[in-house]
Amino acid sequence: MRDFWRRFRRNKGALVGLAVLAAVLCLALFAPLIDGGDPWAMVQRPFLPPFELAHTLFGTDTLGRDIGTGLVYGARVSLMIGFVSTVAALVLGVTLGAVSGYYGGWIDAALMRFTELFQTVPSFALAIVLVAIFQPSVGSIVTAIAIVSWPPVARLVRGEFLTLRQRDFVEAARLDGQSDLRIIFVELLPNAASSIVVMASLMVATAILLESSLSFMGLGDPDLMSWGFMIGAARTVLRQAWWMSVFPGLAILMTVLALNLVGEGLSDGLNTKLGGGRGNAGL
Amino acid sequence: MNRTRFAARRLAQGLVALLLIVVVNFFLIRAAPGDPAAVMAGEAGAGDAKFVAQLRQQFGLDKPMIEQLGLYLGHVALLDLGQSYRQQRPVADLIAERVPATLLLTGSAFVLSLLLGITLGAWSSSRVGTWSDSLVTTVALIFYATPLFWVALMAVLILSIKLDWLPGFGMATVGQNLSPLGHAIDVAQHLVLPAVTLALFYMAIYARMTRTSMLEVSRMDFVKTARAKGVPRGRIWRVHILRNALLPIITLAGIQAGQMVGGAILTETVFAWPGIGRLMFEALLQRDYNLLLGLFLFTAAMVVLFNVLTDVIYTIVDPRIELR
Repeated sequence: MRDFWRRFRRNKGALVGLAVLAAVLCLALFAPLIDGGDPWAMVQRPFLPPFELAHTLFGTDTLGRDIGTGLVYGARVSLMIGFVSTVAALVLGVTLGAVSGYYGGWIDAALMRFTELFQTVPSFALAIVLVAIFQPSVGSIVTAIAIVSWPPVARLVRGEFLTLRQRDFVEAARLDGQSDLRIIFVELLPNAASSIVVMASLMVATAILLESSLSFMGLGDPDLMSWGFMIGAARTVLRQAWWMSVFPGLAILMTVLALNLVGEGLSDGLNTKLGGGRGNAGL
Repeated sequence: MNRTRFAARRLAQGLVALLLIVVVNFFLIRAAPGDPAAVMAGEAGAGDAKFVAQLRQQFGLDKPMIEQLGLYLGHVALLDLGQSYRQQRPVADLIAERVPATLLLTGSAFVLSLLLGITLGAWSSSRVGTWSDSLVTTVALIFYATPLFWVALMAVLILSIKLDWLPGFGMATVGQNLSPLGHAIDVAQHLVLPAVTLALFYMAIYARMTRTSMLEVSRMDFVKTARAKGVPRGRIWRVHILRNALLPIITLAGIQAGQMVGGAILTETVFAWPGIGRLMFEALLQRDYNLLLGLFLFTAAMVVLFNVLTDVIYTIVDPRIELR
């Protein structure tokens, strides 16, 4: 653990990322305390430019709602959907990858074909179709993001398991009469944990980008104020109110950048070779 | 195994993937809210049960599920994706109309991002640790973390609205009678912002990958040997490192050529570029599920096609690849 922190600390970008992430997390957790208002309430005249009044520092939107309040509550939505959908994708991906890598043979072949199929389908288009058909809500958005994000996890866990299962300690556990389930969770999974953690931090970033893109296309949960929704609403009044799109966009940029930086730091700290990688699904 | 048989096998695998996607698509259509017959009857202003039943029979909605699936597969095989209930036109026609615009946009963005990305990545990998390397790495990191639709909006805001340098809306100026050359110039001007925006994100990925890949290759033994033999520095970079480092980029580029059609959804939406992506946004706004799923099938088919093509091209570029 001390070693981990020493290596993580050497990455300056990761420290900055961690600080930014902590700040966004505080905003999200204490949203009602920081800004008591309701993000949907009309508090001032519409189209009020930013930096004119102290209590609506970031200006107001087309209906006179406070952009600042929206930013604070949007942090909640982004982080919540980012984390929950990542956890869901991890459960799915780790399970399938573990079964595939541990048992090998035809089970592995079948599951990998299935995984490849999911990797073939364009992920953003699939997410759009799923949310549109099952109607936009937190549940459908989280499900859609999880469904398009699990394949890389499955492949990663499978790869780790394929090499790990040939090691002596696994053979020892098997001779000891331990059940497959116990070997998978107690012996193998902890050894694959560092790579999974690094991948998870990058997945949260991708999930936040996906959620904001869905909301921007009008597929957000209609009850939640999110950054993507705010930018979508600002699109038609770009000429009159630049601040409506600039601030929520900066919020997404900073959060996602912070997560990517923390991911690289984790990769350094845990000595994995992951990091960076394949791209955020073309968003 | 020879090359033709390998290609045929990859194509067959692609077709199986496509078939599965079509089946999933069928069940998604069934899961969409609203019975299409009821929707159409409602729009025709005749909501009575008899008319709805007649429509159900006409579209085969009263048959058993498995028979309906068979009918659907037959239709898709003949490129018949059904009707758009909103626009009262075949989905396939609506999509076909929009393909050229999307190809123009994604094609230019693809070339631009590959050229810029590889150049920047190679350039920064030859200057590791200098300020220019950090600059490229930082810029790539930022574009990698920025939502594409926001970059697009900011481009419209600054370059189109504030500075008025380039058009930020549509594909051509409306209501002007231009000569063919004038029209081409007009379209090119409209193309600049969407193409550059779409290219930036992919450029960031290619730049990062090229840099990592080149650094990895440059540590390999055969490069050390070349250095020890006294091969000139420039030649080592071009012949020994760059050529080997580009292989993973080619794979990625192939996958992304297909994915770009999906990535263009957001860009086309912001710039009102009349392509596939914009059509998807319109289908969403009107909750035109048949059109939406037709578009989904089309984009998935594109990706499968490009994946097969990449695999085949790859075996030609790199003879070391085993044909399995």
